[in-house]
Amino acid sequence: MRKLYHFHGGIHPPSNKTQSTRAAIAHAPLPTKLIVPLHQHAGEAAKPIVQAGDHVLKGQLIGMPDGFVSSAVHAPTSGTITAIDMQLIAHPSGLPNLCATLIPDGKEEWVGLKPVDYRSHSTAELQQLLRMAGVVGLGGAAFPSDIKLRIGKQKITTLILNGAECEPYITCDDMLMRERAAEIVQGAEMLRFMLDATEVLIGVEDNKPEAIAALQQAITANGRVLQQSKRHEVVAIPTIYPGGGAKQLIRVITGLEVPSGKLPTDIGVQCFNVATACTVYRALAHGEPLLSRVITITGNVRQAQNYEVLIGTPLAELVALSGALPDTDRYIMGGPMMGMPLPSVLVPAVKATNCIIAASAKLFPPPPPAMPCIRCTRCVDVCPADLQPQDLYWFAQSREFGRAQVFSLFDCIECGACSYVCPSHIPLVQYYRFAKSEIRAREHDKQLADQARVRHEYHEQRLEREKREKADKLAAREKAAQAAKLASTRPLTTQQQTEQTEQTELEASRAHIREVAQSEVEHPEG
Amino acid sequence: MTEYLLILISAVFVNNIVMVKILGLCPFMGVSRKLEAAIGMGAATTFVLTLASGSSYLINHYLLGPDLSYLTTLSFIVVIAGIVQFTEMVVQKTSPVLHQVLGIYLPLITTNCAVLGIPLLNVQAKHNFMESIFFGMGGALGFTLVMVLFAAMRERLEGADVPVIFKGSAIAMVTAGLMSLSFMGFSGLIK
Amino acid sequence: MLSALLVMAAIAIVLGAVLGFAAIKFHTEGNPLVDKIDAVLPQTQCGQCSYPGCKPYATAIAAGEADINRCPPGGEEGIQKLADLLGVEFKPFGSDTAAPKPKSVAYIDESTCIGCTLCIQACPVDAIVGAAKQMHTIIAAECTGCELCVAPCPVDCISMLVIEEKISNWKWKYPVYTMNVAEAAQTAAGAAR
Repeated sequence: MRKLYHFHGGIHPPSNKTQSTRAAIAHAPLPTKLIVPLHQHAGEAAKPIVQAGDHVLKGQLIGMPDGFVSSAVHAPTSGTITAIDMQLIAHPSGLPNLCATLIPDGKEEWVGLKPVDYRSHSTAELQQLLRMAGVVGLGGAAFPSDIKLRIGKQKITTLILNGAECEPYITCDDMLMRERAAEIVQGAEMLRFMLDATEVLIGVEDNKPEAIAALQQAITANGRVLQQSKRHEVVAIPTIYPGGGAKQLIRVITGLEVPSGKLPTDIGVQCFNVATACTVYRALAHGEPLLSRVITITGNVRQAQNYEVLIGTPLAELVALSGALPDTDRYIMGGPMMGMPLPSVLVPAVKATNCIIAASAKLFPPPPPAMPCIRCTRCVDVCPADLQPQDLYWFAQSREFGRAQVFSLFDCIECGACSYVCPSHIPLVQYYRFAKSEIRAREHDKQLADQARVRHEYHEQRLEREKREKADKLAAREKAAQAAKLASTRPLTTQQQTEQTEQTELEASRAHIREVAQSEVEHPEG
Repeated sequence: MTEYLLILISAVFVNNIVMVKILGLCPFMGVSRKLEAAIGMGAATTFVLTLASGSSYLINHYLLGPDLSYLTTLSFIVVIAGIVQFTEMVVQKTSPVLHQVLGIYLPLITTNCAVLGIPLLNVQAKHNFMESIFFGMGGALGFTLVMVLFAAMRERLEGADVPVIFKGSAIAMVTAGLMSLSFMGFSGLIK
Repeated sequence: MLSALLVMAAIAIVLGAVLGFAAIKFHTEGNPLVDKIDAVLPQTQCGQCSYPGCKPYATAIAAGEADINRCPPGGEEGIQKLADLLGVEFKPFGSDTAAPKPKSVAYIDESTCIGCTLCIQACPVDAIVGAAKQMHTIIAAECTGCELCVAPCPVDCISMLVIEEKISNWKWKYPVYTMNVAEAAQTAAGAAR
């Protein structure tokens, strides 16, 4: 029995997962249109390489990665691109972003696929393949996976696969582990190979016994494929929210704490979601780019279920499959703790969409009015990141951002445990999000100001230099005129001498006027 | 040994220079907006007071004696002014940030009534050299303690929902008064 | 009498010696205050404070000649930061300085531009690219929105465009929620309808 550790705090909200695990993953039918955003991942948006009117094949590249942290975007099915324009997307601001609109032709024609044997390629080549396959973290952050496979001097000992799925209502990873355990295990081995890790530990909460059994069976069945000298183990972890947070999971399984401001790779650990491992397998062994993912549709619906959904499917069509009940008033993308209310149900599903909850006033009653903070510190008791939420709230609401950072505001994982237990019903996480984005905006402004200062200083120096150069040129010209006058050997009559002096003076004044006129053109007064 | 400990406790709590004797209020109110400034000010005052107590005792006992006792106040002020100048130069060299933060309040330690008051109290109480040093150090430590506590409270008050007419100095005065009341509770601790 | 004079003189000489020694040993250079103030200012170099740039304004503040409420691009926050830095009271904007405006970037209408280079010379951060009789254009990333280029243009082809909110620069808003039970019930009833 493996020794497990604890992280501070955590809560036990009702899990509400049984509604959506009764049926297997169903394939969502082809929607009438697909809206594929070009910025579905952390980092720089992909650059569109197709235009309106182009016919594309399933899996064809339509967005080229742009910059170091970026990923590719592909056409989820074959059809015609009708537009590349700003469309409404799932973002808390409600602002639109660049999307490619694709009308499917129903033929599902694949582009030529190129599977590879991962063992005969270098890690750098495999990373490039994953980048061009659009593989990003499917746990919610959508961070390009090829970046996470880059390691520095630190040796990675443990690869952890995150199958915890601690948030209530969400069951997509659970069903994926039950049905595609073999692909997950093989994908994990590929990741382990790329990281050169010593062991693979798959963390699954103990409320998912079928998933644990399926994974254990897959490990035994695929013994040939996995490198025997390395340990592959399924670790059942206690069910507690937010046990699926990367830092929390690492602490529970290995007992190691990721220091504030550092990454898991700095302590020799790397963490990937199980769905990401599955996608890596398909990308390398089958050459398939990331075109679809499993999404849980649950909440106020007739039939809560998991669907295999194409990226870009409008959520209205998806929710219609499960049959949203008439009293549904809004939709939440994600779970009830960390999810985001959707600006409209017409937005498309993206790589980061793991769950859609149809909410009604009965299922999610409006929160009671918030009352002043009484400093009861119940939020401190549950914070999984060992922070002081009541102090962070105090500084965020009085806009003292410096003090908020002293209290490690950026270590907050926005899990919502503090808001959940607050007896005054204060929406604490909203304050932290506000403070974080405000601090980031200020740092950006400061950076721009520093750049402007440097440019201004150079501007002043340039003007000084030009003035100096002009003065030097004038002095040199006068000296040359003087030298020319002294060099003449013929003795002159007084009249010729006066004439010559006048001539030189005239020439000098003409030169001066020319100088001034030229400077007036380049640097006019006023 | 117990005497010195008693003098220390008395100076820090029972006869706290700011809260009970109501001396040294100028830097107390002026520098207590930020915690780092308060700690810096407390440290500077401790340095000045300890030196001042010691040197003023020596001057009073050996130079002035009983004949020239009328020169006490004058010579103390001169010595304190010199020590504060010296301290300012040291602070500017070692920590320009602290020098910037304390600003005008650093040279104002010269006019701090607590810094003149403690040597005069030493003379009045006829302390010997070691007792003077401990009384001076204790007084300054009490000053630092109260400044740090008050600065922490003022930082909290910054973000609190204070009525508009009370914002700033007004609520600070009210808080200082309440703190003084609480320190009166120490009376009777040492017989 | 004489002894009193001698004693005071002795004290004065000793202290003088100590301070003189300390002045040499603990000597510091420069006035970093101006740099600290300049670090707080927004570096727009617009001149709205009536000084020819941010560094001259910072020098004036350090010398005590200028008030801290003269910088509109810094906004009320900038004044608060200056007040904290200098340990003075916060002072709101007066009537003699312009009110803060939303951040904007200059834009040259290329069809109207005549290539006179007057705007290039006016820009304090060299954010305009161009040459005599060639097209001029603003490097938007470097433009601070100081508006010094708008006036010199003889054909009025420069306009200031407010930086609009996009997903890339969107910020979470300050949370506002009601504490009043009756008001909250009303809002909930309104939302449900």
